[in-house]
Amino acid sequence: MISVLGSGVAGLCAATALMDAGIAVEVIAPEQAPLPVSHLAGGMLAPFCEGESAPDQIVTRGQASIDWWAAHVEVTRRGTLVVAPPRDTAELDRFAHATRAHRWVTPGDLEPHLEGRFSRGLFFEDEAHLDPKAALATLRDRLMAQGVLFRDGPSKGRTVDCRGISASGKLPDLRGVRGEMLEVYTPEITLSRPVRLLHPRFPCYIVPRGEGQFMIGATMVETTRSGPITARAAMELLSAAYTLHPAFAEAEIVMTGAGLRPSFPDNIPAIHRDGTGFHINGMYRHGFLMAPVLAMEVAGILIQESAHAH
Amino acid sequence: MFYGTDLTNRLMLGTAQYPSPEILRAAISASGAEVITVSLRREGTGGAGFRDILRKSGCRILPNTAGCHSAREAVTTAHMAREVFGTTWIKLEVIGHADTLQPDPFALVEAARILCADGFEVFPYTTEDLILGEKLIEAGCRVLMPWGAPIGSGQGLRNIEGLRTMRAHFRDVPLVIDAGIGAPSQAAQAMEMGFDAILLNTAVAKALDPVAMAEAFARAIAAGKQAHDAGLMPRRDMAQASTPVFGMAELLA
Repeated sequence: MISVLGSGVAGLCAATALMDAGIAVEVIAPEQAPLPVSHLAGGMLAPFCEGESAPDQIVTRGQASIDWWAAHVEVTRRGTLVVAPPRDTAELDRFAHATRAHRWVTPGDLEPHLEGRFSRGLFFEDEAHLDPKAALATLRDRLMAQGVLFRDGPSKGRTVDCRGISASGKLPDLRGVRGEMLEVYTPEITLSRPVRLLHPRFPCYIVPRGEGQFMIGATMVETTRSGPITARAAMELLSAAYTLHPAFAEAEIVMTGAGLRPSFPDNIPAIHRDGTGFHINGMYRHGFLMAPVLAMEVAGILIQESAHAH
Repeated sequence: MFYGTDLTNRLMLGTAQYPSPEILRAAISASGAEVITVSLRREGTGGAGFRDILRKSGCRILPNTAGCHSAREAVTTAHMAREVFGTTWIKLEVIGHADTLQPDPFALVEAARILCADGFEVFPYTTEDLILGEKLIEAGCRVLMPWGAPIGSGQGLRNIEGLRTMRAHFRDVPLVIDAGIGAPSQAAQAMEMGFDAILLNTAVAKALDPVAMAEAFARAIAAGKQAHDAGLMPRRDMAQASTPVFGMAELLA
């Protein structure tokens, strides 16, 4: 029996991958624990776009997560559209130069509601997105249906510690990078895929959640200050949304959120050994992209170990 | 000399916008920079993990007041910086306009006066205006940081003649070109003109390979300084043969 600590995206992916590999697990998540920060994520499965600032291993390895998610939860495979305000089109050229697997498009051709607003954009056709809350609920329900116990209390066997920033006592290199986001509702705009708006100072993305719901994210601030979204972050994110489409000005703000992304100094999610156990942590802004990849890697290690033992 | 500190390496490196702290650390190391700047206005006192990484670089830290729009905000941020980093150095930035990021000269002088009187060693981010420079020195600043071009624009030295005049006017004041530098050649040009250091961030942080770019800037700045110290030849209107004409072999004789 393996005890998975934490029920955010890393924990639920680890538990699922281990169960898929035929390894019995339990999930330890205190009842009083705050909602995992992965509930605030964009849910973009965008390895190629992330390549703008992430190292190549995120781009290369992250691609596998799209099929993994599609095999377990509902995934929308409609790619990512990247645009920039007219005066910042130099940012678009830079983005194109720093990434691959894209082509130039007229944004209005892909997203009719952006017709006439942007003369050109980049389309990353092979990317996908999902709804984090729905995806995590699906994984959890599936595990429970398989008889996996979710409980509080001390772990019994070997552990796979996926507690994010709560594990910083055991991972001294781990730091928090604050992220802030908003969810809005407007029936006036329809988008069928995530749209990234490039801006030299506050790049932002808008992920459609269906039925007029949109997630707008996300700031990146080197601080461990928790607490609600700041006015400045809200203004920046909303002004970016307004730049994408002025009708966002009339949208209802449904919720706001702020959380700490657990991050290692190289900002690369990683597996660390801890005695007989493992840590899967440092998801940074790559939780949904990299959690399945690291979960499968841990499952592979455990299977290999038990093969040697027999 | 920057407030009594001599710097061999004349690159001052900003620490924002890097892909990761690890790449930032490698960029600082590749550049050999001795001074790094760090912002606090937005991060507050909560960024201990990131600040520890900066401290480990061994560089002298020049906290900045980036993101402040009034003298009062800048003074408060400077006090927080002094507490957090234990330094009296402060890069004073008071932004007049969120969009153009132009310095607000009036608030800048006001904040400089308050901070200098309070024992801070102020590095004011200013324009190339001579009277503004004089007012800042009157307020107690012993370094000036004129802009090359608007922050993050990468345009290089947008008003070369104005900067040349500033260099000539403030002969004995250390002048650091701050902001707007996009390419190593622009940094070298500023050093050849006799500026004392270059402060930059975006051009390195947002390069495809920030570590290699940091080194490229450090070399260009070193070359520009060396060239200035060695004495650049003056421009001439006419060609002047470097080989004397007299005494040449007369091949057709």
